[in-house]
Amino acid sequence: MTLSCPMPKLDFDKITLAHGGGGTLTNQLLEKGVFKLLENDLLDTHHDGAVFNIDGPIAFTTDSFVISPIFFPGGDIGELAINGTVNDLAMCGAKPVYLSLAFILEEGLLMTEFWEILLSIQKASEAAGVKIVTGDTKVVEHGKGDKIYINTTGVGSILPSADINLQRVEPGDAIIVSNQIAAHGISIMSIREGLEFESDILSDTRPLHKPVQDIIEKYGSDIHLLKDPTRGGMASVLNEIARDSKYGIYLDEKKIPIDGQVKGACEILGLDPLYVANEGVFMGIVKAESADAIVSSLQDDPSCAHAAVIGHVVEEHPTQVVIRSGIGGKRIVNMLVGQQLPRIC
Amino acid sequence: MKFLTEYRDEELAQKYLKKIHDITTQEWNIMEVCGGQTHGLVKNGIIEMLPDQVTMIHGPGCHVCVTPIHLIDKAIYLAEEKGVILCSFGDMLRVTCSERSLLDAKAGGADIRILYSPLEAVSVAQANPDKEVVFFAVGFETTAPANALSVIHAHQLNVKNYSILTSHVLVPPAMEAVINDEESNISGFLAAGHVCTIMGISEYGPIVDKYKIPIVVTGFEPVDLLHGIYMVVSQLERGVHELENQYSRVVRSEGNVKAIETIKEVFEVQDRVWRGMGSISESGYEVKSNYKEFDANEKFDVDIIAAEENADCIAGQVLKGIKKPVDCPQFGKKCKPEFPLGAPMVSSEGACAAYYHFHQASQMIESIA
Repeated sequence: MTLSCPMPKLDFDKITLAHGGGGTLTNQLLEKGVFKLLENDLLDTHHDGAVFNIDGPIAFTTDSFVISPIFFPGGDIGELAINGTVNDLAMCGAKPVYLSLAFILEEGLLMTEFWEILLSIQKASEAAGVKIVTGDTKVVEHGKGDKIYINTTGVGSILPSADINLQRVEPGDAIIVSNQIAAHGISIMSIREGLEFESDILSDTRPLHKPVQDIIEKYGSDIHLLKDPTRGGMASVLNEIARDSKYGIYLDEKKIPIDGQVKGACEILGLDPLYVANEGVFMGIVKAESADAIVSSLQDDPSCAHAAVIGHVVEEHPTQVVIRSGIGGKRIVNMLVGQQLPRIC
Repeated sequence: MKFLTEYRDEELAQKYLKKIHDITTQEWNIMEVCGGQTHGLVKNGIIEMLPDQVTMIHGPGCHVCVTPIHLIDKAIYLAEEKGVILCSFGDMLRVTCSERSLLDAKAGGADIRILYSPLEAVSVAQANPDKEVVFFAVGFETTAPANALSVIHAHQLNVKNYSILTSHVLVPPAMEAVINDEESNISGFLAAGHVCTIMGISEYGPIVDKYKIPIVVTGFEPVDLLHGIYMVVSQLERGVHELENQYSRVVRSEGNVKAIETIKEVFEVQDRVWRGMGSISESGYEVKSNYKEFDANEKFDVDIIAAEENADCIAGQVLKGIKKPVDCPQFGKKCKPEFPLGAPMVSSEGACAAYYHFHQASQMIESIA
């Protein structure tokens, strides 16, 4: 909790069912908490919904956040809920503008924890330059939730020079990744009950709209497709692209950036980093001739310092992702099946 | 990463590959015993890089694959009907037994927890004194010391609500069972490096002498695997049969003496049924009688009817190396990692799943479909 914004004095220290009941406690929670921290012209009307104009084409997306534990190394569920939707808008080639914010709180959630999450939401939305303009709060009985679930829905304004579409993916295109992979999933794993291990690995949760906007403004239509490999990791996203585009994807394992500690943790847990979740990395399918320039431009942004070209779209092996292994062999990279489960040896 | 990157070096791997190609003059069937080695071979694309005459046969060294169905049924029963907190290594959860998997039971509300270390399970027992906590103690000689240690630990801490459901299997008897199978045709073995790290290599000398077959204790990284294959092929081409240790940076001849003492304190060798391979004499560990209060089989009176394997599954022949996963008519059709008919399709160390995930067989499925 930051000293600059201490928790207001409230008549309660825990969330109860009454906080979702619409009465005085709901109002106290909203007035002293949510509205105060997230104030802006649209939210301040306290209307049933937000009314606004946006010129030109818009992107519209929604995402729900159910992560456990709610606080993890490098972030928390609040920050994740803002960045996740901001990033989905960015992947559409949009500048994120407005977000909705809906909470499902579990009875018994400590107000100090909720306050900390609200502060993260405030900070993350300011950093992403988005306004939270409407929202909802419900409370479920103790035992029927996992402390807090958050849904955010966002609208963004498509950048004038963006032309992002799966149909634009074509053989010869380069595949780029914006930074080192697999940090988020491993940071969560490191504190899950039963799998705890000591590490300095932090989640990579961060907004990606700025680096995306930079490369779209500089390279416009050379950027054919953008995706953020969250759940299911890079392998799942690339399999979707291969399946939907009907082209093959060829990767070079040696070129995929990954932090040494994250790689080590994957080795110990028996996880394949290609399938581990990311929250601050995007992948681009871009015109081959511009790929190096795009990567080098991205590298100027500290959040994309390890950007790299990692492979190409090919005519061969349509719908399949094939990787060149570190020793020069080849293997198929399939879609993740079920949940990735740690291996024992 | 020190001791890893060196063994993933492309130049060195290519050097061993060339040496294998240079010396190979006839057909050899080499079994890599351990599922971790199978995983390493397919993940690195090594199988297609070998000479056509060298065929890798994927052995029974996948704990998930050989744990009998009735034990998984028993684990589910304990979690669902006896209200125990069942703790398990992650990769056991997806194995479908006679009806369902541990993941299905978990989804249905059973308290099933994925742990990385059995010692954690003792902590779970301490934190839940009103519940019985059972650790599903599966694996080869590699996981036996930690599982045994959890029992000693619980005994020392006087934790009464902890027990283990053992399904421990041993590698050397399984290798002999494979050699003795009439249909199998193995020229040489890559012995499992991790198992030998614990147990040492002395158990393998008698097998080499008795069956006149080369055994090379081998590691798991691509350079290890290629080096091990080279050592086996080299022996075969020279017409010799010896026990060699490729993985000497980790494996000592005598093994890990402390770990062996720990195993011997808690476990004794008994006959065991292997899924797909049947009963093999003196091929597993059971909890000794002086620790029987920590043996879930003693603690809970459960009479599970022995379940039958799916008749369409050829897992037994795959585990003995008689057939390849792609020889199975159900491979990639009725049997996929999402809906495995047999255990080798479940764990990524299982031969069928390894083929499905990494191998060019995936392309075959595509072209057939």
